[in-house]
Amino acid sequence: MIEESFLPLITWMVSLLAVPAILLLRRNPNARETSTFVAAFAKLGLVAAMVPMVLDGRVLRFSFGEILPGIPLEFRVDGLGILFALVASSLWILTTLYAVGYMRGLKEHDQTRFFACFAVSISATIGVAFAGNLFTLYLFYEMLSLSTYPLVTHHGDKEARSGGRTYLSHLLGTSVAFVLPAMIYCWVRSGGDMSFTDGGFLAGKIGAGDGLIVLLAFTLGFAKSGLMPFHSWLPNAMVAPTPVSALLHAVAVVKVGVFCVIRVFTGVFGTDFLGELDVATTVSWIAAFTVITSSLIALSQDNLKRRLAFSTIGQLGYIILGVSLLSPLGVTGSILHIAMHAFGKITLFFCAGAIYVAMHKKYVSELVGIGRKMPITMTAFAIGSLSVIGLPVTGGLVSKWYLVMGTAESGQIALLVVFLISSILNACYFLPIVYRAFLCRPEESLYDGDRQEAPLACLVPLCITAALSVFSFFNPNLFLKLAGLITGVQY
Amino acid sequence: MTEHYTVLILLMPLFGALVTTLLGRERQNACWLTALICMATSSLFAIGNIGRILASGSGELRYRMGGWQESRGYEVGIELRVDMLAALVVAMVVLVGFVNMIFSKTRVAGEMKDKVSFFYTLKQLLIVGLCGIVMTNDAFNLYVLIEITSLTSYALIAMGNRRAALSSFNYVIMGTIGASFYLLGVGYLYIKTGTLNIDDISLRMQHQYGEPSLMIAFALIMLGIWIKMAFFPLHGWLPNAYSYAPSMVGSFMAPLMTKVMVYVMLRVMLWLFEGEYVYSGRLVWGELIVWMAIIAIVAGSFLALACTDIKKMLTYLIVAEVGYMVGGAWLADGAGITGSMYHILSDAAMTFCLFLAASIVILRTGDHRLTAFTGLFRRMPLTMTGFTIGALSMVGLPPTCGFFSKWYLISGGIDVGHWSYVAALLFSSLVNAVIFFRIIERAYLGKLEEVGNESLPLDADGGPPMTLDRVPYSMLLSLLIASGSVLLVGIYNETLVGWLKAAIPSL
Repeated sequence: MIEESFLPLITWMVSLLAVPAILLLRRNPNARETSTFVAAFAKLGLVAAMVPMVLDGRVLRFSFGEILPGIPLEFRVDGLGILFALVASSLWILTTLYAVGYMRGLKEHDQTRFFACFAVSISATIGVAFAGNLFTLYLFYEMLSLSTYPLVTHHGDKEARSGGRTYLSHLLGTSVAFVLPAMIYCWVRSGGDMSFTDGGFLAGKIGAGDGLIVLLAFTLGFAKSGLMPFHSWLPNAMVAPTPVSALLHAVAVVKVGVFCVIRVFTGVFGTDFLGELDVATTVSWIAAFTVITSSLIALSQDNLKRRLAFSTIGQLGYIILGVSLLSPLGVTGSILHIAMHAFGKITLFFCAGAIYVAMHKKYVSELVGIGRKMPITMTAFAIGSLSVIGLPVTGGLVSKWYLVMGTAESGQIALLVVFLISSILNACYFLPIVYRAFLCRPEESLYDGDRQEAPLACLVPLCITAALSVFSFFNPNLFLKLAGLITGVQY
Repeated sequence: MTEHYTVLILLMPLFGALVTTLLGRERQNACWLTALICMATSSLFAIGNIGRILASGSGELRYRMGGWQESRGYEVGIELRVDMLAALVVAMVVLVGFVNMIFSKTRVAGEMKDKVSFFYTLKQLLIVGLCGIVMTNDAFNLYVLIEITSLTSYALIAMGNRRAALSSFNYVIMGTIGASFYLLGVGYLYIKTGTLNIDDISLRMQHQYGEPSLMIAFALIMLGIWIKMAFFPLHGWLPNAYSYAPSMVGSFMAPLMTKVMVYVMLRVMLWLFEGEYVYSGRLVWGELIVWMAIIAIVAGSFLALACTDIKKMLTYLIVAEVGYMVGGAWLADGAGITGSMYHILSDAAMTFCLFLAASIVILRTGDHRLTAFTGLFRRMPLTMTGFTIGALSMVGLPPTCGFFSKWYLISGGIDVGHWSYVAALLFSSLVNAVIFFRIIERAYLGKLEEVGNESLPLDADGGPPMTLDRVPYSMLLSLLIASGSVLLVGIYNETLVGWLKAAIPSL
């Protein structure tokens, strides 16, 4: 049931409206951060208000004008979109709190620019989440690439410049070279219609050969999803301040990438039609390759944030692998994993940042014995690790369960093995950190003296996200219901 | 009164040119004001003209100069014919002229010394010429108007720095050759049909299309136009001419001259000759032209990539953009032609925006190399914002107009399955991305120490970051309008394309 409403537009705009306020209040940091908080809470409130409506089976829609012939700027809020928006907007509040602690703790420069660009990025993320057609999706996708560039290059040094260069060249390059022609091709073939529909607007209008090319152009072109070989922007983007890495490069930006891929699978082609074309296996194997390779690379990374980044690439591979199985359970797993991985990975990034703020350490080898010094942070780190590996009692298990069931449902036993190997690798690169942080001999420990945690503004968010990881294990119902709206899977 | 709008667009600058000559060199401000008012009224008439076409049922306006009636079935006098495409292009010409006039206010005295009134006269005559080219329905009259624009632009370019004279001379040679080719072609047509009115020629040619002489006429006309529009490899005159010209001349001619010639090409292809003839396959080189366009796009992009001079770089990008439009026009596809037409408008908007921004930067830093942009986001935030909008449009990101013209051109390429043309467009977008983000990165993150301070004479502000740009308001205003138009042309692309589609004669 489609319903016209202004809510999606307002939700999208709230964070954008905060930008002028942030810029005007640049001389008064407290007031400036207050405006961010007001916008963040308003945004979460609006998203939360839409959740029950969406659960009722209603689809909220807002369209504006006609930008291209037959194609308006269109917002459309369905289960998948609202789930992603809910994750992004709730974590924005926590990240803002964290960012205040982090940026002030390190006395960073240009904080006004930082918070302004952050607000724009969130708007773009919500824009992608609510996009009702391919053109709107692309518009906000590009807006996100551009608005995060100043954040990635925040430090302005040589490393930041080269990181920023990789970032933009990968994200813009692939989107212009692959997504743009694929999108126009869809437009030409579908006769000027680009609205996402349940069965896919391209269904039945394209052959298998073209279908494969278009599908690959989309999945590789949305390089924010970190699929190999266009993944190297993500480790390089770790030069950004940690709040950016946390929200954008564990949640918003990368999830926008996989979100777009899920939309392409479900809304552009439709899983049934892809099954008829029999082309999704190629994507499965690219994703499987990404999962294994990135996990292996993560093992060798000593820089904690880079290790997390490669872990993210692997986890994004899970999501794409899940959706490319084309089975309802697999797609459900993918959608769930957007949320579950977000909670786990943002916790890990928050911890990495907290360690940096408190101890100025950023290498794994320097963390021996840190568990005594920062017990709360490292406990949260342990919970986050469990979630990413997919162990109880964390939400990661739930989504991984569905993903593995998906492989069984579609009869892809080889891919099931991929999941298992990857889980073992995940454990290999996370658990030693936790183990050596807590359980080392006193003479090995690099730290002594009293407990010394990061500022409260850093500590509180990471506790909350760790708690969310655990909570989503016991009560994943909301996410399951929202995912079920797309896939039809009842739990 | 309203039926005279068409001719008043032309007459206002012509009248203004006369007045500025009479005012003479002593009254510079009066000259500027006269020119500005003339351009403003002319712009109003141009906009009114669009309204009249929308209101008229036939979608075109005809105006007989001097009221000469047709005799025995064909035109005797000079006829103006304005359809939607012409009306939009003419509006583009006078609006760019108007905004450029605002830009010129503070620069003229500095760059022109004692030739101020001549500058205003020549520039308005140039606008008269361009408007005439777009609106005339007479093949020979078109030649005369091309010569008017050429002669005035030779003089205007030669007013630039000391290398401008030589560039202008090159342009004279090439331009004259181009115009001669065009005239020869028209001569053939006159021999075959006995008339010069475009509609009449077209009507009388219909049963002669098989004849080789018509093919020769078509080839000669095309060759002439291509030289004039700097279609690769006939572009040699353009980069020097536009980059050494005075800033307010370069920023005016770069967006307009080539685009108006593309318009002439479309007019010759679709109205003087017919799409049926041009695309029928009788001309074996139809496919070849698309390939030449592809070469133009790729070569233009590479040449631009190699440049270290900001204006030179922009001029090579024009060469690539001309390739876009020629390719789109020769795809023999409705979407391609529409894209080509829309790109006339959108390319004018973004080139104008970029040239203005570059001129402001050069004025402010005294440096025309790309290194001049180092750290500029802090020192000139507004200028750099304008530049960035133009740059994003060149790269082709929504919602700027560059995105939408690529959209239509690529969909044209997909329609007919010409994948190499599609690939060339994408390649050029990527090269543009490299070119412009290189500059933007330098402007955003570059440290002044890296380039050495001696080349940046105006850098001694030392004020807090985000102070204003310290350039005259008139310049910032014109840049603001230009960058706004990049966005507006983009957002209203659906309307514009709807109008343009209606103007295309059916294939």
